[in-house]
Amino acid sequence: MVRPRDLDDLSDVVTNGREHIARGLGRSYGDAAQLAGGTVVDMTAIQGADLDPATGILTAMAGTSLSEILDLAVPQGWFLPVTPGTRHVTLGGAIAADVHGKNHHRDGSFGAHIESLQLLTVEGRVVDVQPESELFSATLGGMGLTGVIISAGIRLIPIENTAMSVHTQAAPDLATTMQALLDSDANYRYSVAWADLSDRRGRGLVMSADHAPAGENPGSPAAEQGWDRAISLPDWCPGIVNKFTVKIFNNIWYTLGKRRTGRRIESLDSFFYPLDRVDFWNRLYGERGFLQYQFVVPHDHEDTLFEIAEVLARMATPVSLAVLKRMGEASPGYLSFPMPGWSLAVDMPLGDPELGRILDECDSRVAEAGGRTYLAKDSRLRRRFLEEMYPNLPNWRDVQAEIDPDRRLRSNLSLRLGLTR
Amino acid sequence: MSPVDVFGRPQTVLLLGANSDIGLAIVARMVGPDGVAILAGRDPHRQPEPPLGYETHYRYFDAADTSSHEKFFAETFAEHPGIDTVVLAFGVLHNQDDVNDNPELAVEMIVVNHVGAGSALLHAAIQLRQRGGGQLVVLSSVAGLKPRRSNYVYGASKAGIDFLARGLTRSMATSDVRVLVVRPGFVHTKMTADMGPRPFAVTAETVAKAVVDGLARRDQVIWVPRILRWVMGVIRLLPPSMVDKLDA
Repeated sequence: MVRPRDLDDLSDVVTNGREHIARGLGRSYGDAAQLAGGTVVDMTAIQGADLDPATGILTAMAGTSLSEILDLAVPQGWFLPVTPGTRHVTLGGAIAADVHGKNHHRDGSFGAHIESLQLLTVEGRVVDVQPESELFSATLGGMGLTGVIISAGIRLIPIENTAMSVHTQAAPDLATTMQALLDSDANYRYSVAWADLSDRRGRGLVMSADHAPAGENPGSPAAEQGWDRAISLPDWCPGIVNKFTVKIFNNIWYTLGKRRTGRRIESLDSFFYPLDRVDFWNRLYGERGFLQYQFVVPHDHEDTLFEIAEVLARMATPVSLAVLKRMGEASPGYLSFPMPGWSLAVDMPLGDPELGRILDECDSRVAEAGGRTYLAKDSRLRRRFLEEMYPNLPNWRDVQAEIDPDRRLRSNLSLRLGLTR
Repeated sequence: MSPVDVFGRPQTVLLLGANSDIGLAIVARMVGPDGVAILAGRDPHRQPEPPLGYETHYRYFDAADTSSHEKFFAETFAEHPGIDTVVLAFGVLHNQDDVNDNPELAVEMIVVNHVGAGSALLHAAIQLRQRGGGQLVVLSSVAGLKPRRSNYVYGASKAGIDFLARGLTRSMATSDVRVLVVRPGFVHTKMTADMGPRPFAVTAETVAKAVVDGLARRDQVIWVPRILRWVMGVIRLLPPSMVDKLDA
């Protein structure tokens, strides 16, 4: 792993002939930013952001984190057009994975808000990637395999208030949860559902939200500011996630959620980044760690979603967290994950060898329904599903091969899945 | 190297011991239809029947000829840079009664099962480490855990490779090379076909499943069947005279 201090340094690293892959803050669940036997280029020193307060256009270096962008933009009345569930990702990583957020049903993925994009090629050339170009489609969601993203301009959205107006609904089963999401999508900018797969019916809590209008009193100081300080779990923290503890936790969570139904005011951090409250929350899964499985199936394939939810609920491994989201329009990214339909993301502890076979079975149903799993979160997809899930893969490979003819750009993900040819 | 996934499922496997029933069962279980298997043994022309259902290559490999190992591994990994898992399954087992009258047979077992396996293991580990990581599966045996007059030479050869593999696990702890030591009891195979029925006997397929599951759990040592861990724990505490009665 190397950490270039500036663009000259970076240019030396990418042109030295070794295989390499850029890495941001390492929040991908899989091996997208790892490269056995090659150079992992830590981008976190390639920093700096500039905001035009009149237009809301933010230009930043790729190693800048969304957290730093928020610290700059929020006080001036601007917010990210799309944000994933953590502030601790870099701008470059957000583009390379074409991340999505709770507003995907109306605002699309991160890539839909890019004004400009600069890429450093394997020859050390800086390319201004035009948003309508094939190279843009290959880079957006391209997992860093078309070159090192060095900077980008994104269009922020204006906010009048740092508070969020959140509406919570409790739903007794999965179908009702989905209907509630559908109903709320038309009326709210943000919507997402927590589903309880430890419950036989798959009950859920649907959270819908908008930025609160100006003048709305946040009500409590807590709603105005973010997490003062994150709680940090120590490295000796024992793994405590199992069927039993998940059941107890979900019971408490659902009961608390049900009590808070209706409208209330929340802070940006508590609505968008609840897990950022706890550093190293992954340690709750113990030494073997955990896996996140996220798939999307097109509308009209709700059956597949129900079937998979049932398979996941019944297996020996507990589903510690399940997040359901209705996705909007697909992105131009050839390897971008989002497509119109239903996305389910599930977290689970590793340890049961059967889990691999179970998820393969889920994959075959997802692929059959015309859906896909998310590469940024992948650590286990079988190659045979790749082309079916990503029909634009041949286009991506063409562009990739052209910009990287000597195969210098690689990651464990690309090698494992045979992404590049 | 093509990296293994989070469940330790390989894409390109090198099997040392192309004639080993256990080795072939492991490969059959771990290599998917889009995977590759390189089978290495002393008969490069042998074709498995029926076809294995995935891409297969054969290479000549003589475990006893350790001077050929460096070249073998360098060439094999150069030709198949995607190798992510190496299975050491070759082994020789002679009847102890024959061995008692013929030390040459004892030497053959030690040379193949310990010296040859040790050499292959270390060469394979170096190749994997140079490529950034991988998995090594080493077939040990419960015979290596307590000297018994019925199989102590075989046991000694397996004890040696078991110790070496566990040491290698420690030595590779900071790299991405993982070592799985497999300690089966009695397995119904060609090698044991002329031996009588034994307690806790398993099939090669049972060993294969245990290996695949052990890799998924990132185990370092597994016993097949699992109960042998406790059985051998007791047997190891028995005085030698009582162990002799087991062999009577």
